[in-house]
Amino acid sequence: MPATNTNYMNKQSILLSATELTCIREDRLLFDQLNIKINAGDIVQIEGPNGSGKTSLLRILAGLSQPYEGEVFFNKIAITNCREEFHQNLLYLGHLAGVKNEMSAQENLNFNLALHGINDNIIDIETILAQVNLTGFEDSLASHLSAGQHRKISLARLYKSKAKVWILDEPFTAIDKQGVHALEQLFKAHIAQGGCVILTTHQDLLTFAPQQVKKITLDYALDYGLDYE
Amino acid sequence: MNKPMLTTHLSYRTVFSLVLKRDLTIAMRHKDDIINPLLFFVIVVTLFPLGIGPEAQILSRIAPGIIWVAALLATLLSLDRLFKSDHSDGSLEQMLLSPHPVFILVLAKIVAHWLITGLPLILIAPLLAVLLHLNEQSYGALMLTLLLGTPVLSLLGAIGVALTVGIKKGGVLLSLLVLPLYIPVLIFATSAIDTAALGLPYNGQLAIIAALFFGSLTLAPFAVGAALKVSTN
Repeated sequence: MPATNTNYMNKQSILLSATELTCIREDRLLFDQLNIKINAGDIVQIEGPNGSGKTSLLRILAGLSQPYEGEVFFNKIAITNCREEFHQNLLYLGHLAGVKNEMSAQENLNFNLALHGINDNIIDIETILAQVNLTGFEDSLASHLSAGQHRKISLARLYKSKAKVWILDEPFTAIDKQGVHALEQLFKAHIAQGGCVILTTHQDLLTFAPQQVKKITLDYALDYGLDYE
Repeated sequence: MNKPMLTTHLSYRTVFSLVLKRDLTIAMRHKDDIINPLLFFVIVVTLFPLGIGPEAQILSRIAPGIIWVAALLATLLSLDRLFKSDHSDGSLEQMLLSPHPVFILVLAKIVAHWLITGLPLILIAPLLAVLLHLNEQSYGALMLTLLLGTPVLSLLGAIGVALTVGIKKGGVLLSLLVLPLYIPVLIFATSAIDTAALGLPYNGQLAIIAALFFGSLTLAPFAVGAALKVSTN
């Protein structure tokens, strides 16, 4: 429908927002009164030194951790009130790959997709694994694969994901150059379709123009009550 | 909602069998998870005749208690694997973030745990009962109490594991949390077996164990879900 298309294109539809987020870990204030608005079509990079609370922020946005204060909204509804709908539209990949050592690459991907309601036949799974350069490793147990390959198995979900909100914690860790390039292309396609990507990375996103990437800088000394819109 | 939202809805049964199948697959490839608690159970039970002596009378008197205490300890030993590895490799997070109710995922994992650890105990128990000269009339009661009681052990234990999964050395804490919760099952199960040995009806004790079973079956998954959310926070 053209109507919905323009809705995404004019970037006015807020997918994910947060008001007055405050996070305290081990008696340390990581961020305070943080306001965030993320529209459809945004790619947001969260920056900051180690220990500045990047992962905590991502976990709060994904609903895995509860903020000390503040609330997160999906489509303007608090995520605690629309858990199922939010989770259907959320793809979160944390530090840990979520890959079981006892299962093969194919079984891992198959389970991860099926758990999120995407059932595919085996041929399709193979083509996705080929896209992340895991051809020939389909039936290898994950315990025989490297850390980078584990990450690729979990990232392979992105190719089939219909979720609008992608929250990725250091997605480029242990990924080769070619893989990073492929991921950035995937992000482009995703935001062009009206999704949004929120990620932390210490690298620059090379194929994106600098003004295209929204940045949230976490450094308590710097940002006190800043609004990111 | 006027926006076109994605609706990929799996039935509870599909989700349940998906997780169950996954956990059983993992267990089958990690056979020591199945074998170790079972061997522990067998060894603990066989230690008693060695320590106490082979008199049939004494052994048959204490057999119900030995078998049940050994079953509690074997279950406790195996509880750790219920969420620990999923927590450490991140797949627990992914499950909590899936659009399905947490209780159905948790229930599937508990059922898998019981199939892996509880069921083998039940199957080998008659053999050990012979070893301990258990009264012939008590075999039915032993099997029935184990059949109704071991799922309770898995269900209640899961709450303890879910609470301690985020703690690095939660092993001892887990046993302190969980073992007291096992006391009612132990009391009524051994009492049922003793009553059966006297040739009396043991329906009452069995009914209470059944009540414990259904109570924990319906309530424990919710408690586990809430505990997991706290542990992953």
